[in-house]
Amino acid sequence: MSNPGLEPREPPLLATEAVADAFGHWTAMPRQRLSFLGKWRNPIGLIGAGIVLFNVFIAVFGKYIWTLDPDAQDSDRLQAPSWAHPMGTDELGRDELARIIHGATVSLQVGFIAVGIALVAGTLLGLVAGFYKGWVDGILMRLVDLMFALPGLVFAIVIAGLLGPSRRNAMIAIGIVFTPAIARVVRGSVLEVMGFPYIESTRALGASGRRVMTRHLLPNIVAPLIVLVTVYLGSAILAEAALSFLGLGTQPPEASWGGMLNTARSYIDAAWWLSVFPGAAIMLVVLGFNFLGDGLRDILDPRLGPSVGGGL
Amino acid sequence: MLGFVGRRFLLMIPTIIGISIIIFLMVRLMPGDIVDVLLGGDAVATQEQKDQVREQLGLTGSYPEQYWSWASGVLTGDFGESYRNTEPVADVLSRAVPITLELMILALLIATLIGVPLGVISAVRRDSVSDYGARVGGLVGISIPSFWLATLLLLFTSRVFGWVPPITYVKFFDDPLTNLSQFILPAISISVFTLAIVMRMVRATMLEVLGQDYVRTARAKGVKHRLVVYRHALRNALIPVVTIIGFEIGILMGGAAIVEIIFGLPGVGYVLLNAIFNRDYPVVQGATLLIAVIFVVSNTVVDVVYGWLDPRISHG
Repeated sequence: MSNPGLEPREPPLLATEAVADAFGHWTAMPRQRLSFLGKWRNPIGLIGAGIVLFNVFIAVFGKYIWTLDPDAQDSDRLQAPSWAHPMGTDELGRDELARIIHGATVSLQVGFIAVGIALVAGTLLGLVAGFYKGWVDGILMRLVDLMFALPGLVFAIVIAGLLGPSRRNAMIAIGIVFTPAIARVVRGSVLEVMGFPYIESTRALGASGRRVMTRHLLPNIVAPLIVLVTVYLGSAILAEAALSFLGLGTQPPEASWGGMLNTARSYIDAAWWLSVFPGAAIMLVVLGFNFLGDGLRDILDPRLGPSVGGGL
Repeated sequence: MLGFVGRRFLLMIPTIIGISIIIFLMVRLMPGDIVDVLLGGDAVATQEQKDQVREQLGLTGSYPEQYWSWASGVLTGDFGESYRNTEPVADVLSRAVPITLELMILALLIATLIGVPLGVISAVRRDSVSDYGARVGGLVGISIPSFWLATLLLLFTSRVFGWVPPITYVKFFDDPLTNLSQFILPAISISVFTLAIVMRMVRATMLEVLGQDYVRTARAKGVKHRLVVYRHALRNALIPVVTIIGFEIGILMGGAAIVEIIFGLPGVGYVLLNAIFNRDYPVVQGATLLIAVIFVVSNTVVDVVYGWLDPRISHG
């Protein structure tokens, strides 16, 4: 966008993409000095990758390193951080660090499954809409528009609430809410690729619709999808935390960052550490995915437009 | 221009009808019979009792009939009755709306009053320490969960000032000061995300505008730096920023729902969540529809304002 204001305004529900423009401008970092990093010219992206890898490592191996049981209760209740309990203990004497580590596993699992649901459903919808165009496209995109008429988090709260509070339902709710955004980006990319002559050649050679979609369209829209998925992973983790905080996601006694923050509210005066650490964990991980998305966008396609902060 | 405005407002109608159908179906298609759930899975409930509850909830007849009776009621301001205390849903909602609106207006004010100047500074002093600080701060701002920020703010004010906001809601016109002291912390908590987005957007558009010919012309004819930035550049840089406000209103409504719970403000989000936990479906339907309508209307208004600020849009 070389000339802001001159571009025709997108339909209002495309506001996400207007926001995205604001994120296309992370290129002012000194480039030459970091050229030894090859394509990773944006240090923000590297930092993000580091945070995400660290989080994955903790989620997978954390319980073998810090071996305390996250559910084991103890008489040492509401203990301030100490060497034995670096993040203190909660109202039932459970070790806060062990619970944070378990929460990392929970949040990552929810993130991957929820985004996986949205990715499969959204790609399918976007592919079909972009490939068949015409009335199929019309109907599917009107449906997508409608799903944007409810604020993401409110939509997720209602779906999760109506399905009944549980982690599984929270994942389904987040997946449904993210689907339209992915469908829209996929459709846009498909329409662009459909204009290339090689698609016409393939059709002329007699390839079936399904073959064109899976062999020729899908591989060519992977780049925007990768960035989108990275950013939405962060948003999904944030959404799971919000739903669990409201009691609509992971149910106690199982440890989840949002749930822990909710419980901590009752002990805000007695035990500050319960309110601080789970929130810091959420922020760090979401920040990591946002940074990483930023870096990937620079590498894969600087013009790309999915928004940081995702669908909520 | 008038035609443009009219067209935009007419376009809202199919959207709102569509979303009302989705909301209606969501409540109907959820697993389990609502009536069984409401009667507490009570096996001894007779068919008669069940029918009575069904009648009361407007659950008799086919889906199109049910939808029609709900939708035609809504058009005349009748959203049905709360299942819990038979209070009209319209009354419940009209009590809640001003709270949510006040929260959102305050948050938008904070976000723009702080976000715009920060974005300008960041753009004008590009690649300076304050620019990097603002940009990293911006990324942190979009990553921090509003409900955590709310908790931290509460922790901070109670530790440092020994002050916590009043718990029972006071109306603005009864006692403006107490009311504002109740709203300031929740408004700050949900504004930070928007503030960060506004800041990044202003920075990006300012950088574009500052490089344009008319800005150079202004400088060349000797207009003061300050005046160039604020009169010439910022005016045009702000136009695209308007477009994101509509999107931000959605984010703010999601955030408001959570902080209303934290701070005990009985707004629309608070009502919606309590209704969900109480399985009070008429209220769930009404509150969700209301949120959707507020969102769609504000997006349309933003669109119209944008067309008015930039006539090329509405005539294009």
